[in-house]
Amino acid sequence: MAETEYEIVIGMEIHAELRTASKMFCGCPVVDTTVAEPNTAVCPVCGGLPGAMPVVNKLAVEQAMLVGLALNCQINASTSFARKNYFYPDLPKGYQISQYDDPIATNGWIDVQTEDGGNVRIGIRRAHMEEDTAKSFHYSAGGARGGAYTLIDFNRSGVPLLEIVSEPDMHSVAAAYAYGTKIREILRYLGVNSGDMEKGVLRFEANVSIRPRGTEALGTRTEIKNLNSFRALVRASEYEIARQIEVVEAGGTVVQETLGWDEARGVTVSQRSKEHAHDYRYFPEPDLPPLTIDGAWIEEVRQALPELPDAKYARFVGVYGLVENDARILVEDQALASYFEAAARSYGGNAASVSKWIVGELAYLMNRDGVALEAVRVTPESIASLVKLVDAGTVSLSSAKDVLATMFETGRAPEVIVKDNGLVQISDEEALSQIADQVLSDHPDEVVAFLGGRESLLQWFMGQVMRATRGRAQPQTVLGLLRGKLEARRR
Amino acid sequence: MDLHALTIRKASALLRSGEITSVALTQAVLDRIAAVDPAIKAYVTVCEDAALQEATAADARLQRGGPLTPLTGIPYGVKDCLSTTGVRTTCSSRILENYVPRYDATVISRLREAGAVLVGKQNMDEFGMGSSCENSAFFATRNPWAFDRVPGGSSGGSAAAVASGMGLFALGEDTGGSIRMPASFCGVTGLKPTYGRVPRYGLLALVSSFDSIGPLTHDAWDAALVLGAIAGRDPRDSTSVGVPVPGYTSTMTGERLDGVRLGVPIEYFAKGIDPAVECAVRTAITHLEALGAEVREVSLPHTEHAISIYYLILTAEASSNLARFDGVRFGLSEPPEGVDIVERYLKTRGKGFGPEVKRRIMLGTFALSAGYYDAYYLRAQRVRTLLRQDFAHAFEVVDALIAPVSPTCAFKIGEKVDDPLQMYLSDIHVVAANPGGVCSLAVPCGFAEGLPVGMQIIGPPMGEAGVLSVGAAYQATTDWHTRRPMAE
Repeated sequence: MAETEYEIVIGMEIHAELRTASKMFCGCPVVDTTVAEPNTAVCPVCGGLPGAMPVVNKLAVEQAMLVGLALNCQINASTSFARKNYFYPDLPKGYQISQYDDPIATNGWIDVQTEDGGNVRIGIRRAHMEEDTAKSFHYSAGGARGGAYTLIDFNRSGVPLLEIVSEPDMHSVAAAYAYGTKIREILRYLGVNSGDMEKGVLRFEANVSIRPRGTEALGTRTEIKNLNSFRALVRASEYEIARQIEVVEAGGTVVQETLGWDEARGVTVSQRSKEHAHDYRYFPEPDLPPLTIDGAWIEEVRQALPELPDAKYARFVGVYGLVENDARILVEDQALASYFEAAARSYGGNAASVSKWIVGELAYLMNRDGVALEAVRVTPESIASLVKLVDAGTVSLSSAKDVLATMFETGRAPEVIVKDNGLVQISDEEALSQIADQVLSDHPDEVVAFLGGRESLLQWFMGQVMRATRGRAQPQTVLGLLRGKLEARRR
Repeated sequence: MDLHALTIRKASALLRSGEITSVALTQAVLDRIAAVDPAIKAYVTVCEDAALQEATAADARLQRGGPLTPLTGIPYGVKDCLSTTGVRTTCSSRILENYVPRYDATVISRLREAGAVLVGKQNMDEFGMGSSCENSAFFATRNPWAFDRVPGGSSGGSAAAVASGMGLFALGEDTGGSIRMPASFCGVTGLKPTYGRVPRYGLLALVSSFDSIGPLTHDAWDAALVLGAIAGRDPRDSTSVGVPVPGYTSTMTGERLDGVRLGVPIEYFAKGIDPAVECAVRTAITHLEALGAEVREVSLPHTEHAISIYYLILTAEASSNLARFDGVRFGLSEPPEGVDIVERYLKTRGKGFGPEVKRRIMLGTFALSAGYYDAYYLRAQRVRTLLRQDFAHAFEVVDALIAPVSPTCAFKIGEKVDDPLQMYLSDIHVVAANPGGVCSLAVPCGFAEGLPVGMQIIGPPMGEAGVLSVGAAYQATTDWHTRRPMAE
């Protein structure tokens, strides 16, 4: 197969809106543009009115520093803004304030885990701050206005963006996917981005090329813009790789161009060739003096760094002794990880059993009812209590699942539920012996069959005891009793 | 008493003593506009009703006794590049002919708070691009001293208005001489403050790294009063500086300049200067020496490059600053409907911008384009550093520099309009102050064939108090600044 003769090379640019209260260069609030009334969060600055001037949002700078530090970047002591000049109706000043020569963060890396269990280190070339554009809504001809038209919502204009540019270090679509996932996870951990791709707060671009396996020189790349979901990232990259291989196999050459992804048709579409590429005429933004970032400020921000996913994962496996799968699931969601830790602290013992209940039964109930963690009525302390009840043999495993379901619905404490519903496990041999005798004497035919060699009936007798006790019988005890009584009858 | 011809200082004293009212003073200025502006054409917009309302409010404030400032009740005009709420702001361009801002520039709101009375918006070269006021898309302003001559530019309307009594002062804007040069041509006093001294928020930017807002007045004292009201850090302008604003007039009492060290830059008296202009400036230097100043020659060796780097940086930044005029959100939009966006850009900008603006947008776009940036823009920035060093070295040995404002007096309307290079060279003595990062005061220092001659007093960064003191001492002992054109 031809594909194996080529090495895939992918670099990614990720645009992440920062989660600040106000915009990058003015005091307008950052609103959810999928919900807010259009053009209600606009002022002379983000509306590009003549004479208005930008002022840098300090929190946005600190969030950018936080991301830079989390991605192992160098935070530059002097960072400056630049104008990126081009005409488009969603760009009110005719230029975007971005960073060019001195981005805030450079030369970082992160490790990502691919599906085959491998670890790949991806270089981060730079992360730079900029302002988002307004949002265009294109309408085709034939509507109320007759001809085709475009409406623009400036609520998004000037929202702080961080563009994270990777090195071309990904050699499979899976690696690109894993990288995107990891960046999203880190941004969420840092609290600087919600990761809601459907709201457009996180957007991907993939730079894709191929080269003959074993060669060093990079092939001509194409740039796929505006990938708004992981699915689009994967499908567009796969499509583009296959297309490039096809072009090369047919004796052609890949042309450098900017592509769009047509989700409906599942194809990449050329938007601009190299000849028509924009010349952005970058130059230093004269309205903003360079920012000086001293070591003390960097340290202050570093103190605010939370534990990042990789470190948390290592700790969950190393300190709590969790199985890798449980640890991975917990770490993916910072809130769930915190929930687990609270439960583990309350429990005190081997937390692996606690994680099983959270990742297993609790997650099942949440999924079943579509309940988010914030709305879950089971406290970490009460789930720890439940596990303790199971450990102590107070409640059977199967009853415990029912107890958790009741806790999930009512928010009541497990001890109360167990007591009120008479779910305390029967471990008393005297009582169980009587029940076992009753079951055997009620089913003489089955006893004869068992004694005649149908040993599997032992489980059936077991089931009858459980039914009689509504699942509360201590299974090992019952099993022992049944064996003894049946063997006694054989003699 | 011609109220319209008063200085701020005199008018303020009369207002406070109750001898005159702001309404009477404002009405006198409005009457003067009605009488002489049809000939001079300094104003693009006169806001008569609003001015009289503001004057009434100022009178109430004066009667209440507070809070009063030296500008309370004083009528003034502004160059039409400063954003004024509800009053159209055109930059003398077709593209903004009907643009009415919804916010005030910081300097405008500071003057409002001070109680000054805005009478109107003044003509200029379109977007500040020009040295004669002939590049206004609406009409050329005439020099009050000789109607067939230009008032200078780009703040030509402001200088002509102050000279002829159509406003006791004006706010102009100086990117490369645009306050000083017309002040000199019209025989008024003009101050280009240090970049960053006066906040730019609300100034329609020409060159963001050079633009300086400053006063045009009858004398240095009045310039100090206005500067005191508009200077100081503005959180909305990150390039404005936090250096405290001194009480400028407190150091302007003397008539002597004993111990003041003045430098005469030899490069400013080189070839091309009109002998009558040179004679007037040299006479003024002798006068300053007689007041006790020590005068010595100094050298600013990179002066010859000032024009090149000025125009390179200007065109580059202007090409970007003017990109927002695209017909999408405000201003001219051509045609009314039915074209795609690219055609709208082309038609709107094609019709909205004048030839000089188009020329500079093209030059700037070229200078910034890939492959040329290093050779032009970046190199210009490096030479700019050398220019700054020239000034820094000079100010190690002198307190201020004395130089002509313009190599000639006001030239004739139409004389240079077809020769952009000649027009650019008329700024040769004033442009260096902007890339050089210094402040400079232009004061009248004589006449040549009935036309005013101006002298620059150039000071170090944030050295406004010093140049104003030198100017005040000069004006305390001369009377050039008291001469008025078109006096009855």
